[in-house]
Amino acid sequence: MDSILGVPLVALVGQVVIGLINGAFYALMSLGLAIIFGMLHVVNFTHGAQYMMGAFVAWGVTEYLGLSYWWALLITPVVMGLVGLLMERAFLRHLYKVDHVYALLLTFGVALLLEGAFRLKFGISGEPYKNPMTGGLDIGISFIPWYRLWVIAVAIVVCLGTWFFIERTKIGSYLRAANENPDLVRTFGINVPRMLMLTYAFGVALAGFSGVMAAPIYQVSPHMGSNLIIVVFAVVVIGGMGSILGSVLTGFGLGLIEGLTKVFAPDYAGVIIFIVMIITLVFRPNGLFGRAE
Amino acid sequence: MNSISSSTIPAAPQVPAATRWWLLVGIGLLCAAPWVAYPMFLVKLLCLALLAASVNFLIAYAGLLSFGHAMFYGSAAYVTGHVAKLWGWDGALAVVAGVGIAASLGLVTGILAIRRQGIYFSMVTLAFAQVVYFMAMRLPFTHGEDGLQAVPRPRFFGLLETENTLVFYYVCLLAIGFGFWLIHRTVHSPFGQVLRAIRDNEARAKSLGYQVNRYKLLAFVLSASLAGLAGSMKVLAFSLATLTDVGWGTSGEALLVCIVGGLNTMLGPVVGAIVMGSMEHYLAGFAEWVLIIQGLVFVVVVMLFRQGLVGQWQHLLPWAAREKDTGKETA
Repeated sequence: MDSILGVPLVALVGQVVIGLINGAFYALMSLGLAIIFGMLHVVNFTHGAQYMMGAFVAWGVTEYLGLSYWWALLITPVVMGLVGLLMERAFLRHLYKVDHVYALLLTFGVALLLEGAFRLKFGISGEPYKNPMTGGLDIGISFIPWYRLWVIAVAIVVCLGTWFFIERTKIGSYLRAANENPDLVRTFGINVPRMLMLTYAFGVALAGFSGVMAAPIYQVSPHMGSNLIIVVFAVVVIGGMGSILGSVLTGFGLGLIEGLTKVFAPDYAGVIIFIVMIITLVFRPNGLFGRAE
Repeated sequence: MNSISSSTIPAAPQVPAATRWWLLVGIGLLCAAPWVAYPMFLVKLLCLALLAASVNFLIAYAGLLSFGHAMFYGSAAYVTGHVAKLWGWDGALAVVAGVGIAASLGLVTGILAIRRQGIYFSMVTLAFAQVVYFMAMRLPFTHGEDGLQAVPRPRFFGLLETENTLVFYYVCLLAIGFGFWLIHRTVHSPFGQVLRAIRDNEARAKSLGYQVNRYKLLAFVLSASLAGLAGSMKVLAFSLATLTDVGWGTSGEALLVCIVGGLNTMLGPVVGAIVMGSMEHYLAGFAEWVLIIQGLVFVVVVMLFRQGLVGQWQHLLPWAAREKDTGKETA
């Protein structure tokens, strides 16, 4: 019992873990996109660049300030949240009243700007980030590094926590109400513009947080964001942005499918998510968890 | 278009006489341009302008924002380059082959993409473009990272020797001009009016009995073909097709040109291409700054000049805004 369908079990377990890790990032990223889209009706094209920035902030915290990964994990989301706050105040806020196309183009422009700036400063190759947790879990047939298990566990906790916050708390209910009818919520004396600002900041902080988590696994490089964001967009098309748990499940599920494809049909691993997207468009045009637009 | 009779839809407005004169002046200038500017630079601008115009046509008249037009531009470039270089096809046939592949790709991706609306449409087109990018990276005939190099300039119709740069310029001007003429004709046709109706109120257009998705698909295929035409001319001009042509950066650049010139204006892509093309030409020595500058231009235009250069011009001079009603009031 050391192979399934001619595939060694060791490879299978390894790819399933990698798949779940990729899935964790798809889930965190599409969750952030869904929250921002739900409130601001803006698809945040900068999300990938903000994830990349998060990874660089983590790298900078360790490199320049000499602090550990754990500090980076704490500091980065705060820094990125502030970045989001500023970006909403300076740019996005002024675009709510005009066609949504302009907000999309703005976030795309900022993404180009950030990627270009980081490429100018750090070059294309990127910087390595030391793994903060050495060793791993020996489960007999395979060896799983601790850090990978940590990423999967934290991603699940963060996703569920966000879901709980939005669906089960009082502030979350304000958010959902403002999403349905912002004017009505304002008449109750709730500061909706501030809620929009904080929502965007939270989404950006989430992207930054994903960046820190990714830093020890992938190389910290200026193009890590644009590579990821296109796949995450496909994930979002498959899952639909209407449901938080839906985006999380879709993210993990697609990561797993991608991992399994690497084992059974390696040639298609790069495009499997897009193939799933095509199948979804044919049979469930509104996405797995989407409502009619 | 089968369900429309000419009585249900008012005839397209005649082009006013003054505009005709301006058009003649424009054509005259374009014919004389190679004596003032470097012809290959002009060819580059023409290709960029048509690519942007194909994207702009979809945004302005079908309300569809495509983030994936690089796939049509790039695949047409590869196919035209391949048949011209390895099979020695006539230039005109090579261009037709390129446009054909772009149109087919537009049909396949369009059928799927128009099932979603708004922002999802943009994301789907981006995802398809990424698949095409992967294919371009892996397929043997595209030569991966190196790209398809040293494509010769073929003869057109067996007699036009385009190795001569000036001859090529005029062939290119004719081809690109045909593309623009096609957009103009489409926009001012009954078909174009139905597209506008769908863009403004899809539910109502549907209730009037129009096959909304068929119209959108046709517009998408047309736009894809025009982007393909731009790509085909580009590969013959610069004898090179690379992964950059199919990458998302190219789709982004097309959008940038549209927005600099002004979304929803006919001349916007041309003006935008002149501005952005010249800018890139002068910044050629600062390659690493290109992304930063493109990003900055995006931000500045979106925040301060949403109407773009042509839109701003029409805003300042109301008499220049004859085509105003054709553009969507977005700003």
